[in-house]
This record gives sequence, structure tokens and C-alpha cells, in this order.
Amino acid sequence: MLKYVKGTLENIDGIEIYPMISLLIFFIFFTVLFWWVATAKKTHIEDVSNIPLADDTVNSNQSTL
Amino acid sequence: MELQKFYYDNKIVSKFITATMFWGIIGMSIGLLLAFMFLFPNLTDGISWLSFGRLRPLHTNAVIFAFVGNAIFAGVYYSSQRLLKARMWKDWLSSLNFWGWQAIIVGAAITLPLGYTTSKEYAELEWPFDVAIALIWVAFVANLIGTILKRRQRHLYVAIWFYLGTFVTVAVLHIVNSMELPVSTLKSYSMYAGVQDALVQWWYGHNAVAFFLTTPFLGLMYYYLPKAANRPVYSYRLSIVHFWSLIFIYIWAGPHHLLYSTLPDWAQNLGVAFSIMLIAPSWGGMINGLLTLRGAWDKVRTDPVLKFMVVAITGYGMATFEGPMLSLKNINAVAHFSDWIIAHVHVGALAWNGFLVFGMVYWMVPKLFKTSLWSIKLANWHFWTGTLGIIFYALPMYVAGFVQASMWKQFNPDGTLTYGNFLETVTEIIPMYWMRAIGGTLFIVGALIGVYNIIMTARTGSKVTDELAEAVPLQKVTKKRTSKEGYHTWLERRPVKLTIFATIAILIGGMIQIIPSLIVDDYIPVISSVKPYSPLELEGRDLYIREGCVGCHSQMIRPLRSEVERYGEYAKAGEFVYDHPFLWGSKRTGPDLLRIGGKYSDNWHLNHFYDPQTTSSGSIMPAYKWLIKNKLDTTYTEAKMEAMVTLGVPYTEEEIEVAQQWMVEQGTEIERNLYNDPDFAKTYEADKKYAHQNDEDFVEMRNREVVALIAYLQRLGTDIKVEIEPLSQIDLNE
Repeated sequence: MLKYVKGTLENIDGIEIYPMISLLIFFIFFTVLFWWVATAKKTHIEDVSNIPLADDTVNSNQSTL
Repeated sequence: MELQKFYYDNKIVSKFITATMFWGIIGMSIGLLLAFMFLFPNLTDGISWLSFGRLRPLHTNAVIFAFVGNAIFAGVYYSSQRLLKARMWKDWLSSLNFWGWQAIIVGAAITLPLGYTTSKEYAELEWPFDVAIALIWVAFVANLIGTILKRRQRHLYVAIWFYLGTFVTVAVLHIVNSMELPVSTLKSYSMYAGVQDALVQWWYGHNAVAFFLTTPFLGLMYYYLPKAANRPVYSYRLSIVHFWSLIFIYIWAGPHHLLYSTLPDWAQNLGVAFSIMLIAPSWGGMINGLLTLRGAWDKVRTDPVLKFMVVAITGYGMATFEGPMLSLKNINAVAHFSDWIIAHVHVGALAWNGFLVFGMVYWMVPKLFKTSLWSIKLANWHFWTGTLGIIFYALPMYVAGFVQASMWKQFNPDGTLTYGNFLETVTEIIPMYWMRAIGGTLFIVGALIGVYNIIMTARTGSKVTDELAEAVPLQKVTKKRTSKEGYHTWLERRPVKLTIFATIAILIGGMIQIIPSLIVDDYIPVISSVKPYSPLELEGRDLYIREGCVGCHSQMIRPLRSEVERYGEYAKAGEFVYDHPFLWGSKRTGPDLLRIGGKYSDNWHLNHFYDPQTTSSGSIMPAYKWLIKNKLDTTYTEAKMEAMVTLGVPYTEEEIEVAQQWMVEQGTEIERNLYNDPDFAKTYEADKKYAHQNDEDFVEMRNREVVALIAYLQRLGTDIKVEIEPLSQIDLNE
């Protein structure tokens, strides 16, 4: 009966490399991400965060299309 | 530079809002009907297309794809135009998106109750719909990308990134999970089998939650919350981190739906680890949302829009704290298959999705109809009944989950189960089901008040028209980074690059999980005693799929003492190699059925389908009387077997040739077994005689649907019994 109890994926050739690759990708990804964010310019951040609040509609001239 | 005048398309937004409210009420009402079926299992007795198993996928699909889906489109079409300062790229694409999506929903509302289902959760629609969904989704994506390309706003606001991430990922998920081989117009088999099918399905299932119910809504939150509060988001930097880390991490977490399965430990643990990590970006987003209201909390007291949004974001925080906790193996062992999961998803659906939709609609509709909300008082009534509804829904389900799971796991001192009868654990929690039904009713009453308020607002307002706006067109800027321009600043004005990077981010995690899944079938240990289903069992299995049995019964015995004691030998990967699709299930309203084969007589099954309450007093399973009357449709049996051969199931040509005869033989055997019950013999013979005397068509029992289903059930889990029995006789004292 014990012959059934096997990690199914553990038999795949070269599967050991997966966890290592995963860790590396993960580490690099977040290092780069935080570097991006930390170096972003304050004025730019302010401009962009105000995009939703800009009102560009022409209220005096409501369309009747 | 001269100002350009252009018009925002408001009509498409109002169409999607109408659809959202309409399907929302329908989807929730079906849910309420289902909730009452726990209390009155024979509420729709004898009406096959209103039976629990068939309505459950309709409820989930209607809420996810019709209610939430239409809300996403409404929110995205309104906000994208304004964030990009451009009308949607093509009006005909907007129309195609709207009408195509509604047509798919109507198709779902017809086919799911008729039993056309793939049985894969949140992907139940059959293959023609899968194709249609892909096409309409492409129309949506094309329309948005086109709008982005002709935008008048250089930088893409974070909401747009969330939309882009959503489009790309949903497309990838939908296509990979929908790989299926059509047998007829509305029947197909999943390309994957057993463990592999389960892995792909839950990679999809988990990410459907992530990229359909979460990322687009976060995009909406980042637009509508600042709008409603009239102040910019608390931290834009945090939103950048939120976006990239969320889409990067989410896609890895799927294996937490398959803990204690045959997945290797490292993959299970990887899924667990990433699920825990998800707390960080999720709570980052929640905090970012709530802190946006800093200095504006006084508005929350008076503005219903903000009230709804605050509860929505709180619900998001609760659900995303609970999700990682549920991924811990020790908690999952308790919660999985129980009503705890139902509570968890409804905190997400009712609070996060539902309330954000209501908040957004209450904000948008007065703008579209150029008026103010018809009644703030009614909106407050909606808010409070809805909030109470969520509480009354979720709390009893938590209690039900804890109580039932504890009962499942309780042992007597002599090592036997304290509650050996599954039904005892169900009747114990019926009061909780009552409270849940009350909670659901409150939520729907709130929603109806909301719909009324919205309709009245629209009526008092003026007609929805396209809105004139003006903006300066974009000047050509070098594709390269300008001096002093940060990398991410540059990326934010390069939409195609941003999309590609987002795709890479989701594909990394996707591939780490999917590549092993795609090759796993070659590595599953072969169990020689596991054979393909006989044609009759195969047809029976399709009936099991048609009736949605998988909605209440699992076929996955986890290697836990309480489960092995209750249901029998735990599940092995090799047992499912011919299961296209897998039917492991995710909820146990009734007991697990993996080892049901041989446990009861054929008569017991027949009587149980005819009236479950006679064989199991107090059972909340509905009757399946039509199975006993209907003639089994064997038109496609050979085609089904041939499709299975294409997918790698080793039926021989000869077996396919004699399929019809084989079915009659196996059916006759079961018919003979049924004669063991004198009551059956008496009524069946009487029916036969009556039909004969009145010259009516009479379908022999061996040719009826129920016989095929009994054949399948009696086969379940028996393949490895043959081998295990001699082993279990070994005397351990020797």
C-alpha cells in the first residue's frame, strides 16, 4: 500500500531547481520594485495621484448628442 | 497647444449599470432560493431545472460574471475614459462588449439549469460559451488598449494598471483552464484528467477570485474612492508596490486549494508561503484605501457612497486576512469542505464586491443623470440592512463550519467516531442555515431598496447624454527616457511595455505552477487495477456531472484519521487518471462519495434517489425522481468513448463497437439486483402492466438514467479495493 504514497511531482527530472528559481525570482523582483518606488520623484507622484481629480468636462456646454 | 473637444460615452456606462442591477438581483435571488433549499430540500420537488445541483453553478456564475462582471465593465468604461481623457476607442466594440456579454449570461441562465455543465467551478459553461467569452473579452481588451493608445493623458494612473493586469491574466487563465474536447454541441470533456485537472482548475479558480473579483475592483477603488472623498489616494508609492506585488504573488497561491492532496510538499508549501505573503500587499491596499479618508472621516457619517466603500474595504481586509489563515495546513484541515469557506467567500462577495458596486453606482448614477441622489435616507436604509445582512450571513456560517468540522473530527475513547452518521452533523447546524437565509434576505431587501432608489434617481434626472470634455492632445515625446526621468515614471507612459511587464509578472508564478501541472500526468504512479469506466458508468458519470452532485459531495478523502475512519482508504493520485474532468469537489453538504461503491445495495440507491428522506430521515438532499423515469440517452456514447481515447483513455476499438450491448448487459444486471426488493418488483411490474394495457411506451429499468448513475456510484473507489483487502488482513502482531 505504501507504494502509492509518493510525492507525485517529486519524480519529475530536475524538479529540485524549481524552489531555487522561485526564491531568486522572488528576491530580485522585490528588490527592483522597492528600488523603483524609492527613487520615484515626489512631484511626479503628486501629479499622477491627482489625475482622477482633474475635471475636464465642459459644464456650461452640455451636449445634446 | 490647442484644446481638443471630445465626448465621453456615458450611454454605455448606464447600460452596464442597468445590467449590473438586473443580474445582481437575479443572481442573489437564486442564492436565496438555494439557502432556503437547505431548510426545505423539496422546495422545487420534481422540477429538474430548479434542483439544487443545477442552480448552484447558476448562482455563482450569475453573481461573479453577471453582477460583478457588468459592474467591472461599467466602472472601467466610466473611469478609463476620464483617466485617459479620451472617448472609448470604438463605439461598436463597446456595444459588442455589452450585448455579447449579456447574450453569454442569458445562454448561461438557460443551459446551466438544463444541466449543460463542465462541472469545473466558476468555469461551468460549456465550450461554445468558452469560445464566446474569449471573443468578447478580446473585444473589451482591444477597446481599452485602443483608448489607451489615443489618450490625452501622458501617464497611466494606477487604476488603469489594475485593469490591464486583469485583462491579460483573465485571458491566460480562461484559455488554459478551458482546454476541452467537444463531443457534441453542448458537451465536452476537459483535456486534463484527475490530479492535473485539479491543479489547473484551482490555479484558475483561485486566480478567478484574484483577477476577476479583486484586481479590477482595486482599480475601481483607486478611482472611485478618491473621487468620492475628493482627495488623492493616501500613498501613490504604496499603490505602485500594491499593484506589482499583488499581481506577482497572487498567481502562485493556487495550491492552497489542494492541501493534503497528492501535490508534493514543496509545491503545497510554496502555495502556503505565497498565500501568507499575500497579506502584505492586500493589507497595503486596504490601508491605502482607508487612509485616503484621512481628514475626511466626517464625510463618512453623512455620505452613503463613502459608507458603502468603507465597509467594502473593511470586508476586503477581513477576507484577505482570512484567506492566508485558511491556507495554513492545520486550519485548512478544519475549514476545507465546511461552511467556513462559504462564510469566507460571502464576506468577499457581499461586502467587498457587493458594497463597492453599490457605492460606485450611488456615486456614478447621479453624475450620469445630472441630478442628485433621489433619497439619501433610502440609501442609508440600504446600507444598514445590507450590513446587517452580511453579519447575519457570515457569523452563522462560521459557527456552522466550526461546529460541523468539530463533529466530523470527534472521536470516542475507543477510537470510533462520535458522530459516525454524517446526517447528525447536518441536522445540528440547521438553525445556522436558518440565520443565513435571514441574512441573505436582508441583503437582498437592501439591494432592492438600492435598485428602487437608483431608478427614482434616474427618473428625476435628465437623459443620459455623451459628455463634452476638452483636453490638450499629447505631444510627441521621445520613446526613450528623458533626462531626470525615473524608470517607473517612464514606464507609466509606455502602456504596451507596462502590459508586457505585467504579463511577465503573472506568467512567472503561473509557469512555476503550471509547468509541473502540465507534465505531472506522466509521473503519476500507475495503479494497474485502475481501469477506465464501462460505457454505462461513463454515462452515469455524465449524469453525476449534469445534476451537479459535485456541488455537495466531494470525492477526495484526505489522509486524516477522521476522514479515513469515516469514508475509507484515502485518495491516491493514480485513481483519477481517467477522470476527465476531476470531480473532487470543494464542499461537503453531504458525505464524501469516493468510496461509496459497494457500500449500499442498488435498491438503496434507487430508493434514495426517489425520496432521500425515506432512506435517511432528516436528509436535506432533494429527490431526483426524473432520473428514475427518464430514458438514458445513449446517442453519443461511442462518440464520448472515442473522445476519451483521444484524451488518452485506453478503450479498445472493440469495446467501443460493443458499447451499446455492454450497457444493456450491465443495466440488466442492475435491474436484476433491483428485483431483490419485493416492493420494487411489485410497483415496477404494475407500471409495466399498466403501460402495456394502455398501449403506452414503457422504458425498461435497465435503459433508464438512474441505472447508469447507480452503475457509476457502485464503481466509485472500488478499483483499489481489490488490492487493499488482502493487505488489510495482515496480522500486525505477527
